[in-house]
Amino acid sequence: MYDMKALYEAFSVEEAVALRLAHPEAKIIAGGSDVLVQMREGRLAGMELISIYGIDALRGVSIDEEENIRIGSLTSFSHITKDPIIQKYINVLGEAVDQVGGPQIRNIGTIGGNTCNGVTSADSASTLHAWDAIVELTGKNGVRRQSIREFYIKAGTVDIRVEDGEIQTAILIPKESYENCFGYYHKYAMRNAMDIATTGCSVNVVLSEDKKTIVRARIGYGVAGPIPMRAESAEAAANGQPVHMETVEAFGNAVLNDIRPRDSWRASKAFREHIAVEMAKRCLIEAILRAGGEL
Amino acid sequence: MSQIGKSVPRVDSYDKVTGRTQYCDDLAPRNALVVKIKHSSVAHGYVTSVDISEALKIPGVVKILTCFDVPDLPFPTAGHPWSTDPGHQDVADRLLLNRHVRYYGDEVAAVVAEDEVAAMQAVRAIRVEYEELPFVLDVRKAMEEGQPQIHEEYPGNVLAHSTLKVGNYEAAIQEPGLTKIEGWYDTPTVQHCHIENHICYAYEENGRVVVVSSTQIPHIVRRCVGQALGIPWGKVRIIKPYIGGGFGNKQDALYEPLCAWLCTQVGGRPVKLDVSREETFVSNRVRHAIRTHIISWVRPDGSFAARKIECFSDQGGYASHGHGIAAKGMNCFHQLYPCANVEGDAWTVYTNKAVAGAMRGYGIPQAMFAVEAHTDDICRQMGFHPLEYRMKYLMPQGYRDDFSKNENYYDSFRQCLDKGKAYIDFDRKYEEYQNQTGNLRRGIGCAAFWYNTAVWPISLESSSCRMVLNQDGSVQLQVGETEIGQGADTVFAQMAAESLGICYRDVHVVSCQDTDVTPFGTGAYASRQTYAAGFAIRQTAEKLKREILDYACELTRQAVFNLDIIDGEIVRITDGRVLMTLGDLATEALYSLSHSRHLQAESTYQIKNNAYSFGCCFAEVEVDVKLCKVRLVDIINVHDCGKLMNPALAEAQVHGGMSMGIGYALSEQLLFDARTGRTLNNNLLDYKLSTTMDHPHLEAQFIENFEPTSAYGTKALGEPPACPVAPAIRNAILQATGVGIDRIPITPHVLFARFREEGLL
Repeated sequence: MYDMKALYEAFSVEEAVALRLAHPEAKIIAGGSDVLVQMREGRLAGMELISIYGIDALRGVSIDEEENIRIGSLTSFSHITKDPIIQKYINVLGEAVDQVGGPQIRNIGTIGGNTCNGVTSADSASTLHAWDAIVELTGKNGVRRQSIREFYIKAGTVDIRVEDGEIQTAILIPKESYENCFGYYHKYAMRNAMDIATTGCSVNVVLSEDKKTIVRARIGYGVAGPIPMRAESAEAAANGQPVHMETVEAFGNAVLNDIRPRDSWRASKAFREHIAVEMAKRCLIEAILRAGGEL
Repeated sequence: MSQIGKSVPRVDSYDKVTGRTQYCDDLAPRNALVVKIKHSSVAHGYVTSVDISEALKIPGVVKILTCFDVPDLPFPTAGHPWSTDPGHQDVADRLLLNRHVRYYGDEVAAVVAEDEVAAMQAVRAIRVEYEELPFVLDVRKAMEEGQPQIHEEYPGNVLAHSTLKVGNYEAAIQEPGLTKIEGWYDTPTVQHCHIENHICYAYEENGRVVVVSSTQIPHIVRRCVGQALGIPWGKVRIIKPYIGGGFGNKQDALYEPLCAWLCTQVGGRPVKLDVSREETFVSNRVRHAIRTHIISWVRPDGSFAARKIECFSDQGGYASHGHGIAAKGMNCFHQLYPCANVEGDAWTVYTNKAVAGAMRGYGIPQAMFAVEAHTDDICRQMGFHPLEYRMKYLMPQGYRDDFSKNENYYDSFRQCLDKGKAYIDFDRKYEEYQNQTGNLRRGIGCAAFWYNTAVWPISLESSSCRMVLNQDGSVQLQVGETEIGQGADTVFAQMAAESLGICYRDVHVVSCQDTDVTPFGTGAYASRQTYAAGFAIRQTAEKLKREILDYACELTRQAVFNLDIIDGEIVRITDGRVLMTLGDLATEALYSLSHSRHLQAESTYQIKNNAYSFGCCFAEVEVDVKLCKVRLVDIINVHDCGKLMNPALAEAQVHGGMSMGIGYALSEQLLFDARTGRTLNNNLLDYKLSTTMDHPHLEAQFIENFEPTSAYGTKALGEPPACPVAPAIRNAILQATGVGIDRIPITPHVLFARFREEGLL
C-alpha cells in the first residue's frame, strides 16, 4: 500500500506534457523501481504521480535520419542489453546496464529513469558520459537537446524544465561518437549482484588503422564525485599516444587530477581513489584489446 | 521398507512451490487494524513527552498508545524453556514500550489505524521529546568506569560474567621452552535476513487473546505474552502457521506481547503488526558481535601447555538471550583442542545498540572464527602444516566431557578432514600456493568445529508427541517442534513411519502448532528438532503400535509377540502371513459394535543426553591484491551429524549454512553511526547479504556415524554448517597473501587497510 495522493496516466508524449503543466508538483514515474521505493520509505509519501509507463512510443532503440543511435527513454535495461543495434555499436552500454540490480529490476527499470534520477552511481551514466550522449527533452515548446554532461546539474538534480512541461524522451549517441569505437565498463561493487557501484568506470577508444596509436580515449566515472564525470587529464594523457603499457600507466595515474570522491561510511576517499586508478588501467587495456590493439 | 535415510520429497513441497501454502499475512482477517511503531531517534535517554495530538487528527487513526500507557511489568523475551528456579530465569528488562530508551530504534509508541498509510502518517506526525543521555557503542568501553549506565541493576553494564578453569594455568606457563602466541579476533553484528519478516496478528475470543505469529517457539511465546500482559498463561493462545524462516530471530518473543496488548486496548478487534525489513534490522534481534582474546602457550611439538580465552560479547540494549551465547562459545574452546590447563572469562555487556539474541550457531560461529584463525596463526608462526596440525591435535576419539557427558564415539574429526581434503585436493594446492607473488594469488584454508545438539544439561530438553490413527491406516502426527523451512515435518513423518511400519506418505504431520491443541514442546532452536523430537516420536509410535497390535490380537486371536506392522499391514511374523491391512483394522476399531476404540497415543520424553556434532570446512580463494577483492573459488563442508534421515534435505541445510558463513566471512555487517548510534545500513542494499552470484558451487558431504544416544542415530545439523566457514575462508586468504585478517567480514575496505600496512599496496 503506497501513500500516493493521485496518479495520472499518460499514453502519449503530448498527454504527459499537458499533465506536467497541469500538475507541476507531481513526480514522473516510469518503471517505478526508484520512485516507489522512495514513496514507501516516506521520502515521497503523499506525492502526486504522473505515470508515463504507458507511452509505448518511448520504447525501443533505432538509428535516426542523422545516424544517431536513438534510445527511447522508457527502454528497459534488459531490452537495451539484448538490442542488436546496441550490441553492434555500443555493446558496453548493454553490458553496463546488465549490472543494474537483478533481473526483475532490469526488466522494469528504464534508462530514462536511471538518468533523470541524477545520481552519480547509475550504471548507465558513466558510459553515457564517456560516449558524449545527448539527452532529448520534449515540452510545450517542442524538442530540446542537451549534452549529458550539462544535463546533470548536481547530485539528484538534472536539467528538466518542469515549467515547460518537459519530460525526457530519448537518449542519442551521435555517429562520430560510436563509429570505430570500443569500450569497456567496470563496476566495482561489494557483491556480484543486487548492488550499487562503489565506483563505476567506463573507457572507450578509437585506435589508428594500424592499431598502434590511440586516436581518442574517453573515460567516464560514476561515484567519483557528486555527479557522473569525465576524467579529462587522463584522456589527454592517452590521446595520440602509442598503444603501450606506459600509456596505460600514465592514463590511470592522471585520473587523480580529475576525480573528487568523498569519504563516507560506504567507502573512504582513499579507497575510492585507489580503485579508480586501477579500474581506469584495466578498462583501458580491455577497450584497446576490443578495438584490436595489442599490449 | 525403511522410511529413513532416503531423500523423499518434502511433505510440504507441492503447496509451497505452487504458492498455496498460507503464511501469517495470508491468514490475517481482512478487517484487521494495522499497527505501526514509533521508534526512538536517540540512542539513549528518557522520553519526557509524546505529543500525539496531530497524529490523532489523521483520518483512519484508531488509537495511539505510548510508553506512558503500558503496564509496569518488565518481561523476558528469550526463547528459552522457562526455569522454575528464579536463579535461572531469563532477565526481564523491558516493557512493551519504553520510557528509558536504550538504543536508536527502541519502541516508544504504537499507532493502531485502519490501514498502513494512515498508520505511517501518524507515526511521522508523533512528536517525541527526550532527555538525552550519553551513549556507548563499544563493548569494552561500556565496561569502563564512568560510562553511561544502560540498566540500573547492572553496574559497568555487565549483564553476566562467567569463568572457565581447568588445571592450573599459572603453573603450566612456567614450563620451559614454550612459545606464547596471542591474538585478538573480532566478529561483527549481523542479522538473520530470513525471507519473511516477523509478523503477527492478535484478536480476542471468549475472553482470551489469540496471537497468530511467525515464530519458531509458540509455547514459549505463550508464556512471554502472559508475563508481559500480567494475565494467566492459559488466557493466551498462540498459533504458528507456516513461516518463512527464522534462523533464531524468531526464537524470541518479538512483537507478540505488544500486539496482544494493543488488541486488548481496542476492544479485542484484530490487530496486525507487520514488521518492515528496515525495522527487522534495527529492532528485532541480531547476532552478538564478540571480541575474543586468546593466549596459547605452545610446546615445540605444537601441543598446548596452557591456554587462556577472554570473550567480550556485545548484548545491545536488552538482555534477550543474554549470556548464553558467550558462555556457549567459550565452552567449546577447551574441548576442540583438549588442553589440561585452561582459563577463560566471558563477559556479556549491554551497549546502546541493536539487541542481540539467538542466531544460527549461538556463539559457535564467533568462537570458531577466533579459535580456528588462531590455530592457523600458531601454524604460521611455528611452521606447522595447518591440516596436519589439526589432524594431530583436534579432539580425539573417546574424549568425554564431564559436564554434558558427551562422548566422541568415533574418530569423526579425522574422517571429516580426510573427506574434505580429498575433495579439494588440499595437500597439492597447499604446496602449490606457498609463497606467491604477483597480483592474483590463490590460497587454501580449513577450519573445524564441534557443536552441541540441543540444550541439555544447561536447560530442559523435553518433547511431546501425539499420534491418532485414521480409518484408512494413516496417522496424524503432532509435536511441539516447529517446521520453519528446514524440513522438520518431512523428517518427522519419516521417523514416525519407520517406527510404525507404514509409508511416510501415510503420516500426516499437523504442521501448524496451536498451543490449545498441540502437545507441549519448546520449538525450533539449538539444532534439536530431529534429535529431540525423535525420542518422543519413537516412544509414541511404539506406544501406538502396541495399541494397534493389542487390537489386532483381539481380531485375529494371534499373540501380540507374533505380530508386527510391515508396510501398512498386520503380519504374523512367524510365517510372514498378512492377516489384514492396518486400514481394515482401524476401520473395524472405530466402527466395531462389540468393541469400538479410538486408537491413539501421546507421550512425553525428557531427554537427559546430549551429542557432539562435528564437521569442517575447506575453502579455496583467489585474491586480486590491487582491487582488494576475494573470489571464493571452491568450498566444501563435511559434517558428521550421525545418520542422515533425508540426505537431500541435509544437503540443503548445509548449503544454506555455508551461504550464511560466506556472507559472515566476506561481506555482512551492520554499521552504526558513531555520532548518533543510528543503524546506517538497515536495508538489503547496504547490508551486503551474499547472493548466489557470490557463491561458487557449494559442496556438502557427510560422515554417517550412528549416534549411540539418539532415537534414530541422528544429531545436530541445523546450525553447524554456518560454524566453520568464516575461519576457513580467512585462513585461505592468509595462505594466499601472508596477511592474517583478525576481523570479519573481510571486505575490500579491510583488505585495503591491511594490504597497505603489510606493504602489498
